[in-house]
Amino acid sequence: MQIPSQPTRRQALAAGGTALLAAIAASALPRPAFATPADVQKWLAQQAPGTPTPGKVTIGAPDIAENGNTVPITITVDSPMTAQNYVKKIVVAADGNPLPGVATFDLSPVNGQANVQFRMRLAQTQTVTAIAIMNDGSLWSASKPIKVTIGGCGG
Amino acid sequence: MDQTVQSRLLVPSTAKKGDIIEIKTLISHPMLSGFTKDSSGKTIPRDIINTFTCTFNGQQVFKMDLNPAISANPFISFPVRVDQSGTFEFTWVDDNGKIYKNTAQITVS
Repeated sequence: MQIPSQPTRRQALAAGGTALLAAIAASALPRPAFATPADVQKWLAQQAPGTPTPGKVTIGAPDIAENGNTVPITITVDSPMTAQNYVKKIVVAADGNPLPGVATFDLSPVNGQANVQFRMRLAQTQTVTAIAIMNDGSLWSASKPIKVTIGGCGG
Repeated sequence: MDQTVQSRLLVPSTAKKGDIIEIKTLISHPMLSGFTKDSSGKTIPRDIINTFTCTFNGQQVFKMDLNPAISANPFISFPVRVDQSGTFEFTWVDDNGKIYKNTAQITVS
């Protein structure tokens, strides 16, 4: 009775099942994939080659961010900002976003103070790291864990 | 998008010589990270402001490189020591190469 060219009920079910499994596998993939601590180290090493010493840098941010889409961050570096002693660059990274980099800031003695403010996205609870590169080449760093209740980055 | 991208500045109009003033800037830009999807499941291409620079009388005083981790409508604030009157010029550049500019005057006594 059966027409051989048409799929049998068993074949149809098997095909459907495979498609369903593929769909489940695709949806189970982490999206977006998050940066690993190794990625963060790599990115920081590119932006600020060398070994930073903890200190001098202060990260001002809420301990708990209610909305990860816009978290106010203040980065202050203890420096007189004179022609002899100033902060050349500040590098900011985060270890729980799809990409490790957040921002870099170029400063010079004309700024008078090493103090920048911006707002960033936090996809999940994570640690924000800032490294200051001084004019003499020394590196100073600070890290701050920030707890996030609603993530940013469209996650 | 050109019509909707607007920048706002908060720069004091006067200052004393040698003062450190704080400059606040805001630009309306969606900062599409490249990781979000639209309602049909298609990835929305990345379009962010990737560079912000500020010059005073033609000399660079501040530069920021932005990544997708910066919030939409980026707010940036930084200090500048002023020794003379002049013009601040602010430039934002996005991934499509669009350039947004704004200026502010300051009188230093």
